[in-house]
Amino acid sequence: MRVTKDLVAASATPMVLGILADGESYGYAILRRINELSGGELDWTEGLLYPLLHRLERLGHVESSWQSVAGERRRKYYRITSSGLAELAEQRRQWDTVVNALKEIWPGDVRRLTAIPLEGPA
Amino acid sequence: MTAPDGPDELETQFAQWRHYVQRRPELRQSDSEELEDHLRASVDELVAAGLRADEAFLIAVKRMGRLDDLAREFAREHSERLWKQLVLTGDTDGRGAGIRSRRDLLVMVICAAGAAVSIKVPELFGMSLDADGAFYGPNFALFALPWLAAFLAWRRQAKPALIGVLLALFALGAVAANAYPLADDSQSLILTAIHLPIALWLVVGLAYVADDLRSSRRRMDFIRFTGEWFVYFVLLALGGGVLTAFMAGTFQAIGIVPEDFIEQWLVPCGVVAAVVVAGWLVEAKQSVVENIAPVLTRLFTPLFTAVLLAFLVALVWTSAGIDVEREALILFDLLLVVVLGLLLYSISARDPLAPPGLFDKLQLALVVSALVIDVLVLREITHRITEYGTTPNKAAALGENVILLANLAWSAWLILGFVRRRTPFAAIERWQTGYLPVYAAWSWIVVLLFPPLFGYL
Repeated sequence: MRVTKDLVAASATPMVLGILADGESYGYAILRRINELSGGELDWTEGLLYPLLHRLERLGHVESSWQSVAGERRRKYYRITSSGLAELAEQRRQWDTVVNALKEIWPGDVRRLTAIPLEGPA
Repeated sequence: MTAPDGPDELETQFAQWRHYVQRRPELRQSDSEELEDHLRASVDELVAAGLRADEAFLIAVKRMGRLDDLAREFAREHSERLWKQLVLTGDTDGRGAGIRSRRDLLVMVICAAGAAVSIKVPELFGMSLDADGAFYGPNFALFALPWLAAFLAWRRQAKPALIGVLLALFALGAVAANAYPLADDSQSLILTAIHLPIALWLVVGLAYVADDLRSSRRRMDFIRFTGEWFVYFVLLALGGGVLTAFMAGTFQAIGIVPEDFIEQWLVPCGVVAAVVVAGWLVEAKQSVVENIAPVLTRLFTPLFTAVLLAFLVALVWTSAGIDVEREALILFDLLLVVVLGLLLYSISARDPLAPPGLFDKLQLALVVSALVIDVLVLREITHRITEYGTTPNKAAALGENVILLANLAWSAWLILGFVRRRTPFAAIERWQTGYLPVYAAWSWIVVLLFPPLFGYL
């Protein structure tokens, strides 16, 4: 199963903000974390993540700093700001509304839904 | 067998990748560093999982996806990067360039301030902008252009000998503008006021090509510089006009009339300073914005050709003679200047290696129709002059006409050869750049020799 592009895009902001709410992080680690959390189902590209981080930075939800890691390499770390936390809370409220509504529409287990199309052609 | 020299080879691959990324206008230096860090983290993990370095690199790059897609995503967030900006402080990328552009800025400010101050200096000796038009008219260029030349000479690190020549020429200009006993309403005074700026502008050109005086390419650069400088100057003038209008309006609203300040300080100082600032802008933004003069040329060449051809058809159709008054003569001179300008700026923007195309034929039509018109005008004029005798104005206008005619006639011949694939494009370019000293020589003749020749008329 692949999550559609629209859904990935819509959920990207709260996910990134949520991960950064746990502490500062950098692009590669964020991508790994999302992969881990979704069991590899969410397929994020660098083209999605980095422009998103830059946009959040422009809006003031995160701030960045270059830090030197173990070797000589410099790495750009992102940290959530207070406005980012507020945005996260707002996004969370909206997502709760959506998820609750969906739960109301789809009561019980999901298997009943997936079973329907399989019966069709037979 | 060659053992894969792991780390070194990997670094080469990274360097190559970085090179590709940096060519993207959408991606800044900091982005490419961030992406490279990502790529390296990805490679490290794959190597830790047991892959060889080069395999890991290939897979990591593949995972990142095509650079085109990546750049497009970046462009969506950073659309402003596709509009290249002229950053005055130059603080974005590259420290060395930043320091240099800051130093340029400083020297430019000094030169512009020098120009603004120098135009007020004559007032210490009892001159006034209102009353002494006969002094300021011919001298105006002398307050602005030496400063622009100084800025360029500084930027090119001109040799002392050349600086000496520049100084001597500007001094000669000052002598020509002031030494002759000309009446305030004499024709020669006006001629000097028109021709001295041209002569001095070509002296600025000398400062511009300081690093390589003989090079045809550098002279072409100076022609480009002239066009862009003009465009920037007009833009600055428009901005200055808005500033002046608001200043006059707002101060009047509180009962202060800043008329004197505007006329005596703001406008004269602003104009001479803008001459230097426009020159600096062209130098600073050279590669930042696409040059605008060639774009205008492209737009207007077909339109001018159409107008000239229509004029010729109407002339033949009505079989009316051209009414050659003095104004008409100047008008047709200006027409030739415009045609020459259209020709020059399309040459300056053309890829010398491209084969002749429709536009070149259009240009040939433009030049030929201008030539035909001019020959008709010239015939009338020589007739007039032989009949009524000559004045400085007529002689100057006639001389210019002949100079432009010669240039355009030979240009037409060269373009014809080029369109028929007989002559290379470089010949046209060389002809135009080689002709620049002719303009200089003629302007100096008008400025230096005409007054005594015509008895200071």
